[in-house]
Amino acid sequence: MISLKPLAGALALAFLAVLAGGACISLAVEALRGSAEGFAAFDSYLWRIARFTLLQALLSMLLSVGLAIPLARALHAHPDFPGRTLILRLFALPLALPALVAVLGITSIYGRNGLLAALFSWLGLDVIPNIYGLTGILLAHVFFNLPLATRLLLSNMDSIPEDYWKLSSQLGMGKWARFRLIEWPVILRNISGIAGLIFMLCITSFTIVLTLGGGPRATTLEVAIYQSLHFDFDIARAVSLTLLQLCLTIAVLSVLSLSGRPTEEGFSLRTTTRRFDQTTLGTRLLDGATIIVGLLFVALPIAGTVVSGLAADLLRLLGESLVWRAILTSIVLGASAAALSLIISLALVVAREYLASRRGYASPKLFERSLDRGASLIMVIPPIVIGSGWFILSRHFVDPFSLAPFMVVSVNGAMAIPFAFRILRPTWDTAASRHNRLCAQLGITGWSRLRLIDWPVLKRPSSVAFAFAMALSLGDLGTIALFGNNSTQTLPYLLLQRMGSYRTQDAAGLALILGVLCLLLMIAADRGAGTLAKREVANIG
Amino acid sequence: MAERSRTEAPTTDGAAIRLDAVDFDYDDMAMHFDLIIEPSTITAIIGPSGAGKSTLLNLIAGFETAKSGRIVIAGADVTHAAPSERPVSMVFQDNNLFAHLDVTANVGLGRKPNLRLDETDRVAVAEAIAKVGLSGKEHRKPEALSGGERQRVAIARALVRNRPVLLLDEAFASLGPALRHAMLDLVGDLQEETGMTVVMVTHHPGDALRLQSLLVFLDNGKVVASGPAADLLSTKAPTLLRKYLGAEDSAL
Repeated sequence: MISLKPLAGALALAFLAVLAGGACISLAVEALRGSAEGFAAFDSYLWRIARFTLLQALLSMLLSVGLAIPLARALHAHPDFPGRTLILRLFALPLALPALVAVLGITSIYGRNGLLAALFSWLGLDVIPNIYGLTGILLAHVFFNLPLATRLLLSNMDSIPEDYWKLSSQLGMGKWARFRLIEWPVILRNISGIAGLIFMLCITSFTIVLTLGGGPRATTLEVAIYQSLHFDFDIARAVSLTLLQLCLTIAVLSVLSLSGRPTEEGFSLRTTTRRFDQTTLGTRLLDGATIIVGLLFVALPIAGTVVSGLAADLLRLLGESLVWRAILTSIVLGASAAALSLIISLALVVAREYLASRRGYASPKLFERSLDRGASLIMVIPPIVIGSGWFILSRHFVDPFSLAPFMVVSVNGAMAIPFAFRILRPTWDTAASRHNRLCAQLGITGWSRLRLIDWPVLKRPSSVAFAFAMALSLGDLGTIALFGNNSTQTLPYLLLQRMGSYRTQDAAGLALILGVLCLLLMIAADRGAGTLAKREVANIG
Repeated sequence: MAERSRTEAPTTDGAAIRLDAVDFDYDDMAMHFDLIIEPSTITAIIGPSGAGKSTLLNLIAGFETAKSGRIVIAGADVTHAAPSERPVSMVFQDNNLFAHLDVTANVGLGRKPNLRLDETDRVAVAEAIAKVGLSGKEHRKPEALSGGERQRVAIARALVRNRPVLLLDEAFASLGPALRHAMLDLVGDLQEETGMTVVMVTHHPGDALRLQSLLVFLDNGKVVASGPAADLLSTKAPTLLRKYLGAEDSAL
């Protein structure tokens, strides 16, 4: 019997290959054609940007991880800290927030007219904070990555067996011995993966650097690519910048692949471990202060977004047809991107499992491995590289800006594939391993199998992946910044324009709308993922 | 491929199973089976882990395909037949049920793989559920059933499928002793009623005695000894089997 599954997988791979390959070929051709001009572009300006890209990523990583260690330890040591569950939920928020929304939240606290400035003037201090430049970039990156690192570390520490804590209190270990002998080994095992992940996220950070970088002194490769294409239309420079970014990403990823990935076992809101040690008052106060400072650092910008968003004239904003068009455009493009990423990921997952269970004990062939790798292709070739590649290629044939909807849907869809793949694959593989023999014996095939067996299993992970992909696409600024124009404006694009023309009130209102939209989707995805995890445990049937 | 009618009387005659010089490579291990199982008998397959017990059942059920040799069930060569075309039902240790379907639907799949059941199908399903003692639990999902009840559902499905061979692959291994004995007795009663051929893999030689069955002892991918369980489990047992049984005793 011929199955359509491998064909679907091949088509999905072909789409990804065209998307990424087309961009790369376009860049290569362009680089070779104007080779003299292109290589001349590798000047000191370029190296300075590359250096700054690495420097800010390194500092962001060190700060995030360095601060996360005491915070995670404090949270772990006090499972009954008031509101601990709530704090951990809050720590999941920054990841769900579009970067642009977070940037506005951060300026509302640390900016020229922010809370901190107000506090200084109330205290009679003559200090006006200026966050534009490296400070702002680091603040925003730590805002995003400190909670992430804390959650990852905490879940690692939760995996320490309870017996260790019993033993340590029985042996009367001091604070330092406990750290050195029990906590540090676990932290050490996972820290390289976490640090690597954060480094990678910061190297490809676009929105934060664009909005908080403030000028050529503090610019990263991604932002420089955007500026050379969008403002200067300097193709040679864009090509050399893009190639440099590609080399950098591949280099960092190959170093990272040596250190392994961080693991987060489920959603670690529950307090798994009981601690048996008696803490002194001093330790408790110190830990409490650490948690509160961490909490404020994350909570204040979020609160700032809400407060300044509500202070904006929301009614007037919602009366603007431009705003409504942006909201609708965002939703239509976001939903299309989500649908695309869901279809591609499903095809990859289903085809991979089909080949894997067909080959039995033999080792996987090239096609099966490509299906696996294809899902994370976008990790290697950053969206901005794909975007600029196609931008440069398409200008020979059409007006690149007219491609905005297609490029946003394709690139945003591709961006979500690694996540959708990881959401769908475990459910599908488990279900298949449970059901394949049964279905073979009972003769359940084709449409009957899809209707009775596979779809009921896939329904929930599919909607989780869809909601997640749509939230990701709604909040993305990278591709739309490159291709956006007056006829195609998404919510983040409109927000950026209002920020650029110093209509801060409008920007705050739009940020609130965008933030709420993304958050609702993320909450839906999170809920679904939660029940998914529970169902996995319950179903041993 | 022999034609089997699905509307035949609930009492099926058992079918003979014959493995003629069947070769199969499991990873690096070469297995070789020569075995005849008489119709309407109960056969227990025992042997150390990795001896090929489950592989033997998988070959009969069609989840593995022999490298060479022939597998004949009820006189028909099924060596290359698909699992659903073989006159065989198999119950696994777990994952016998679809977790999102209730008891009736799980049993009903044995009648119609697309679940479009007609009135006779429904009657047959209800009867089978009653026979395994699950009346009143027709609409429960597997998560609301105990381990023993889940296996009863799987057996009910085997009953409505009406195939002359029932394979049990450590089907009761995860149940406690009392429950396991109850399930064995249920299988024994159903076998007596339907006359089907039962082949079961077990880790408990006592299971074979309880059902007064034949015993096949496997080691290293080959049949080492076979015969009535009562004989083989006595002092007349061959050395290898005695060693296996002894090791089992000392492990208890």
